Amino acid sequence: MGKHVLLVEDETNIIEAIRFLLSREGWQVDTHSDGATAVDTIQSMRPDLVILDYMLPGKSGLDILTEVRADPDFAKMPVLMLTARGQSRDREQAEKAGVSRFMTKPYSNTEVMTAVRDLVQLAQ
Amino acid sequence: MTSVNQLIGVSLGYVIFLFAIAYLAERAAQRGKGGWLRSPLVYTLSLSIYCTAWTFYGAVGYAARSGMEFVTIYLGPSLVMIGWWWALRKLVRIGRAQRATSVADLISARYGKSNLLAIVVTIMAVIGVTPYIALQLQSVTLSLSIFSEPGGDAPLNQLIAGFWVAFGLAIFTVLFGTRNLNANERHDGVVIAIAVEAVVKLIALLAVGIFVVWGVAGGLAPMMEQIDASPIGAWDMDRSRWVALTALSAAAFLALPRMFQVMVVENEDERHLQIASWAFPVYLLLMSLFVVPIAVVGLDLMPAGSNPDLFVLTVPLAQGQVGLATLSFLGGFSSATSMVIVATLALSTMMSNHVVMPVWLNLQGPGAQVSGDVRNVVILSRRASILMIIGLGYLYYRFSGGGSALAAMGLISFAGVAQFLPAMMGGIFWRGATRWGALAGLCVGFSVWVFCSLLPSFGPGAVLSVATFDTGLFGLSWLRPQALFGISGLDPTVHAIVWSITLNTTAFVIVSLFTFPGPLERLQGAQFVNVFDHSTQARGWDAALATSEDLLIMTQRILGATEALDLFRAEAARQGVQGHLPEPTPGFLQQLERELTGSVGAATAHAMISQLVGGASVSVQDLMAVADESAQILEYSNQLEAKSSELSRTARKLRDANAKLTALSVQKDAFLSQISHELRTPMTSIRSFSEILRDTDGLGQVEKTKYASIIHGEAIRLTRLLDDLLDLSVLENGQVNLNFETGTLSTVLEKAILTAQASGTGPLDIRRRHLDEAVTLTTDLDRLTQVFINLITNAQKYCQADEPRLVIEVRQDDGAIAVVFSDNGMPIPPAARALIFEKFARISDNDEAGAGLGLAICREIMTRLGGEISFQGGPSGNAFTVHLPTQAALAAQ
Repeated sequence: MGKHVLLVEDETNIIEAIRFLLSREGWQVDTHSDGATAVDTIQSMRPDLVILDYMLPGKSGLDILTEVRADPDFAKMPVLMLTARGQSRDREQAEKAGVSRFMTKPYSNTEVMTAVRDLVQLAQ
Repeated sequence: MTSVNQLIGVSLGYVIFLFAIAYLAERAAQRGKGGWLRSPLVYTLSLSIYCTAWTFYGAVGYAARSGMEFVTIYLGPSLVMIGWWWALRKLVRIGRAQRATSVADLISARYGKSNLLAIVVTIMAVIGVTPYIALQLQSVTLSLSIFSEPGGDAPLNQLIAGFWVAFGLAIFTVLFGTRNLNANERHDGVVIAIAVEAVVKLIALLAVGIFVVWGVAGGLAPMMEQIDASPIGAWDMDRSRWVALTALSAAAFLALPRMFQVMVVENEDERHLQIASWAFPVYLLLMSLFVVPIAVVGLDLMPAGSNPDLFVLTVPLAQGQVGLATLSFLGGFSSATSMVIVATLALSTMMSNHVVMPVWLNLQGPGAQVSGDVRNVVILSRRASILMIIGLGYLYYRFSGGGSALAAMGLISFAGVAQFLPAMMGGIFWRGATRWGALAGLCVGFSVWVFCSLLPSFGPGAVLSVATFDTGLFGLSWLRPQALFGISGLDPTVHAIVWSITLNTTAFVIVSLFTFPGPLERLQGAQFVNVFDHSTQARGWDAALATSEDLLIMTQRILGATEALDLFRAEAARQGVQGHLPEPTPGFLQQLERELTGSVGAATAHAMISQLVGGASVSVQDLMAVADESAQILEYSNQLEAKSSELSRTARKLRDANAKLTALSVQKDAFLSQISHELRTPMTSIRSFSEILRDTDGLGQVEKTKYASIIHGEAIRLTRLLDDLLDLSVLENGQVNLNFETGTLSTVLEKAILTAQASGTGPLDIRRRHLDEAVTLTTDLDRLTQVFINLITNAQKYCQADEPRLVIEVRQDDGAIAVVFSDNGMPIPPAARALIFEKFARISDNDEAGAGLGLAICREIMTRLGGEISFQGGPSGNAFTVHLPTQAALAAQ
């Protein structure tokens, strides 16, 4: 497979867990934990998939998504959004902003991995 | 010989003549041509109702019985008139200023418009004056009977005659006394009729006197000899009687309801008083001139045992002078009728205003609308009162039998009304006089009068038993009606006068001194006592002082520009003046006042014109009336204002509440999101790693241990978060139980440092000064330790210096203790400083960071402990200061 995933997340333990799961299946995993510079990183890295945390220091995941989608080049890029905030309004807003998949923490590892595979396959 | 029928015919003719004069006068007054009706002469003559049948007939009888003493009856009023400047002028001024309609009205007005006083005075006046009215009826019928005796006609039934006389008088009084209701209670027709009667009685008495001196005695010189020879001429004065009777008649002159009616109520112009001050004594002098000659001649001429009260009639009759006798009869008739009419008028005004009307209004119930119909009710009640009073007089006449001498009855009546004097004079000269004082004085004086004067007058055994006369009331010797308090030997009349007036005055003064006047009473007291400072003599406007232009400006402000201009133009045209500014004549000013009254109310209009005219000062009463008018408007607008401000207050409260709710809801949402995030994040790690551990085969031991440690750490993080949340919730709700203990600061710090170091994150150099820490504290030591641990742990976590250092200093200032924790870490950015004590406010991204509740908890704890925690940022570090309350402040709590 060897696909490239960018994980935008600030919680070290969660980064550790996701990196373990993805690398085991042969994904190339890059991480970024600062919201403020996340858009630049996404645009320069052009990963096959972005896993985006909702609550980030500097800039929220929702704002990052909106900015990324504003660029036509990134209109179709798969974005999996994870959130620890338990509010339904967040999901609506994220879907409006063009999220590919929205998941609430805590999630099961299988769920995340299935979502990642599906999204990348769909994008091809 | 004139028959009684002829005499009755003459009387009727005379009465019709009086009716005609009264009627014409009323009409003239209505058409505004009655100026002459109100001349000083008419005023002076109207005062002559003082001279009743008692004076006309009785003075001669008095002289025949008691010699010169009758002079006192004339002396008293003359002194009052001559000294008018002192009391009478003030009385008239007050009466007019207050628009007093009667003695009762005046006294009630003075003492705070007390209707109780008015009722008391009215009742006393009716009791005091009714015998006097009876006396007049008696004198008329008695004089009629004189004519019937020699003629041998059908014997005159005196009671029936008395009834018809009473009836006729009642009709006359009703017709002219209640024809119209003026605010000022003036009666032009009645006054002019009285003036005519005054002339008739004077002429009649003078004619009889001249006849007696020159026709019977044979000239002045023989008359003087005859007088010298008679016992009457001897001036053997009983000084006490003279003084007492002079004072009594003076008092009665001021206090008699009928005198108040003609002197004050019917007074048109205060200056008339000045003329009457000498003219009326002259009138009295003329009336008394021939009293002694008639008495002397009568005693000589008439057979022994004939009634000296009737000498004025019987002497001319005995001499065959029927015409003169008829004239004399008319004189007596005039005296009687004028007195009855005015007295009845005055009493009926009092009765109607203070007794009948209040009762009627009460019967109407509280909700009664007082409308124009009241006018008719007032007239009706007036008329009913007149009939009642004359009826009472007739009944008294009928049942008393009319035995007493005229003069004696007159004196009793005088003494009765003289009881009003202390309250009246005290009221106009003494501001300290109070309602209760007046009431006490009146009641005491009147009771003494009834007991010592009125009841004994019926004779021993009639009302008061003989035993009462001899041994006193209830057998108490000091309650003998003619020797009160055991002081005997006084003349009964003097005794009654002295005691009643003395006790009256004493009660009045003492009770006044020991009671406090109400606000209205105070105000009225000032109005009465200082009447000359407040009111002006002329009620009309002094035109010279007002300029038309000022008046126009003022009128324009009130009526509007065009209306005012029209009004002034019309007046100018009427006066024949070019332009729009007429002369400010008094008439025009009055018209203007009326116009303004329609817009701003009477009192305000009066006050406004007063201001402009300048000559007239605005009296306190004017101002009070203005205040009344504006108070109503103010009241209304105040109510509106209060309502609208209440509404806006409510609206603001609602807005505030709404904003608070919205803010709370936003806060709650944010808080829930935060909690959710803080809980779900560690849970995510726990779930994820536990699934990895479960599902991954062939995981190395190192990895297994590492992931298990993460799960363990996150579980602890979760527990700590829940602990903090619960702790904060308890603290914020104030449900926390504080456990106050006494310990030293150093112990607390020691414990906190040990605990913080045990949780062990990073090397931190903690510097202390143990000497300063030897401070004894009484507080919740565990909670304080919790705060210290939090601060030390924060320093451990966030101080990123190469050699992290925390300095703990203790400062004492006036018993207040401050513990300062300063580190050498990166200063917190100024923008974040305001937030550090808020919940979930995390400054650092450090992994060790908690949920951001620690400082929020610290702040809550310090608030509960009565102290505070504050943050000071510096260029080279951050400092937190924990302020502990002084022990004194704690003790006070």
